[in-house]
Amino acid sequence: MPCYSIHPSNHPSTARASTTEDDYMYPSSTTPSMEDLPEAEVPHTDPVPPRFHTGRLPNSKAGDGKPRLLLMGQRRSGKSSISSVVFHKLPPSETLYLETTTRIKKESMHSFMDFQVWDFPGHLDYFDPAFDVDNIFEEIGALIWVIDAQDEYLEAISRLNMTILNLQQSYPNINVEVFVHKVDGLSEDYKGDTFRDIIQRVQDELSDQGYENAPVSFYQTSIYDHSIFEAFSKVIQKLIPQLPTLEALLNSLCSTCHIEKAYLFDIMSKIYIATDTSPTDIGSYEICSDYIDVVIDVSEIYGWDRPTENGDAESQETGNNDAESLITMERKGNNYLYLREINKYLALICLMGDDSPADKKAVIDYNVGVFQAALKQVFPRAEREIAVPDQP
Amino acid sequence: MNTTKRQKQRKVLLMGKSGAGKSSMRSIVFSNYVAKDVRRLGATIDVEHSNIKFMGNLMLNLWDCGGQDGFVENYLTHQRTHVFSSVAVLIFVFDIESREFAADVVSYGAIVRALAENSPGAKVFVLVHKMDLVQARLRSQLFEERVDYIRAASEGFRDTVEFFPTSIWDQSLYKAWTQIIYFLIPNARGIEGLLRELAEVVDARELILYERTTCLMVTHVTRGVEGQNPFTDRFERISSILKTHKQSMAKHTGIPAGSSNFAEMQIKTGRFMFFITRLTENTNLAASIPASEQIFNAARVNIMLVRPRFAELDIANKPRPAVQQAFAHSAESGAGLVMPGDADEGKGKGKERDGASRGFEA
Repeated sequence: MPCYSIHPSNHPSTARASTTEDDYMYPSSTTPSMEDLPEAEVPHTDPVPPRFHTGRLPNSKAGDGKPRLLLMGQRRSGKSSISSVVFHKLPPSETLYLETTTRIKKESMHSFMDFQVWDFPGHLDYFDPAFDVDNIFEEIGALIWVIDAQDEYLEAISRLNMTILNLQQSYPNINVEVFVHKVDGLSEDYKGDTFRDIIQRVQDELSDQGYENAPVSFYQTSIYDHSIFEAFSKVIQKLIPQLPTLEALLNSLCSTCHIEKAYLFDIMSKIYIATDTSPTDIGSYEICSDYIDVVIDVSEIYGWDRPTENGDAESQETGNNDAESLITMERKGNNYLYLREINKYLALICLMGDDSPADKKAVIDYNVGVFQAALKQVFPRAEREIAVPDQP
Repeated sequence: MNTTKRQKQRKVLLMGKSGAGKSSMRSIVFSNYVAKDVRRLGATIDVEHSNIKFMGNLMLNLWDCGGQDGFVENYLTHQRTHVFSSVAVLIFVFDIESREFAADVVSYGAIVRALAENSPGAKVFVLVHKMDLVQARLRSQLFEERVDYIRAASEGFRDTVEFFPTSIWDQSLYKAWTQIIYFLIPNARGIEGLLRELAEVVDARELILYERTTCLMVTHVTRGVEGQNPFTDRFERISSILKTHKQSMAKHTGIPAGSSNFAEMQIKTGRFMFFITRLTENTNLAASIPASEQIFNAARVNIMLVRPRFAELDIANKPRPAVQQAFAHSAESGAGLVMPGDADEGKGKGKERDGASRGFEA
């Protein structure tokens, strides 16, 4: 497979020349054309309904690429808290004051692709005939079922199973994601036991009903640490048709620049939409996510509109051209963390390996530039810079 | 020699009712605790002394006084002069959620009286703590009420006492402590003057000097339009950001939070460029400069060059003559102990020379 990035030692002159825009416009020689990544564009066509990474949205009738995430579960299980913390950056401690949700709340997340998050009141019977079931479920990307791990969960499980069985008939491709929530309050042992017990019960009940291999995934989550963001990341990754392409691009970047781990983050929500395929641990996600916070917070403080500039203040602080950031550690004396804004919505964050000294920065910059150009082809939309209206 | 030493030692009393949060805030500000770690802390028995080296020239002698009634009784009677003499600052912590607010204020009154007797020149800071437990919209009103009430009980300090609403869960804690520290730093003017000079040279919009371990702001210089920055709480916000980041790095790298310092952090965007780098042994310098690669690089070089001048202000280096004197005495008795001091000085000069030559290159 042809390598699209120059190797650190080879062509320093090319690296310097590449900083002009022109090189990015016709990148055919340096960027991967799609035939370099054969798996990327051709979805698997298994006879069995595929579960992940199919190259198309699982259940989109309109095909407008706006998947919907439904948050469901018992009342007081933490649905609204989750959506406030993840999509509105509400501090977790403030969720105590959230009021009970009484009607469906629809949130939109405008990013490299649009998501809708629908927060359902817990007391609703989702299959009440008065409800327009088709309208709710036809565009759904994933059903997130929240179970309070600190509470009695038997009823929640039976409702979940009822919902799965109901959905299975008309919408067999919906991803069902079960968040075993509020695990922060449980001891380490008890947490694991509860988690396994819930998985066991759900699967047993479903297979008793004759539904084997249900497309259900389980996550342990808490709003007080990064687990909820990680879980959301994985849920959303399943809905991104371009995921294999992104992963291949990141892999290639990592190997050329001696990057230990690279993440492509959605800046606003701190959900990562792709990472290279090396093993992920929550620790490296956490540090990258914290790092985004640092950069965003500082950008907010100093990115205000100064009087010489026009435009309304404080609306687009994170939308600066190619923000870039670097942390050098004292002990190692090396570059340690590297952030580069890819476009309006996405940022690339890299955890550098030990053998990635400061003088290779130009090469990393160049390769990241190439990566950025490739990404423009994958997500042409961000280029168009559509002003997205906030919908209710 | 002794007098200068005493000046550097500033005695700070941290008092307040038991459970008000004194030790919690001390651990967070000075010992790299995360807010949620403070659950592990137990009650403070009697007085816990800690000496905190701050900015080299300032030694905080912090007395964390256990707040249970028995101890307080003891401070006010048997240990009255011991506790309350030669105090530079009294920090009194009120718990906003306290059910016996009136009783707290009575106890505060007694302590302030004892302070007025023994160190009339002291400064009193009152922190109304745990503000996070009050709903956001009620906060300022409740705070004002409490302030009026406490001020009325402040006796001789009525006009000078300063109040801060604080919470360990946001940057308000840093805001309060920054003010306290600023009050305590003896040569703040000198540092500020030098910083202002530096800001002019590097064309910075803003320079902020942070203490390295606590991430508390020492002082700052703001130039031009940056003065209109709508984020007036930005200094303590950055403190809080840095501290959080430090903890996150420590967690990831496995280096203890006390020493997991970054050498440099850069953030470049289309609107501004920002970097934080080590300035002296105990300080970090944050610079916000216009979005220009040239200015950025020039500023980095200049800040590197100015390090020795700031190091002089840092008293960490100043005791050296005294040490040499001591060595000179011992040299009389024939010991070759002068050597290390000499070698050290030689190295220092070498560095200066090095710095100067680099200056010419730039």
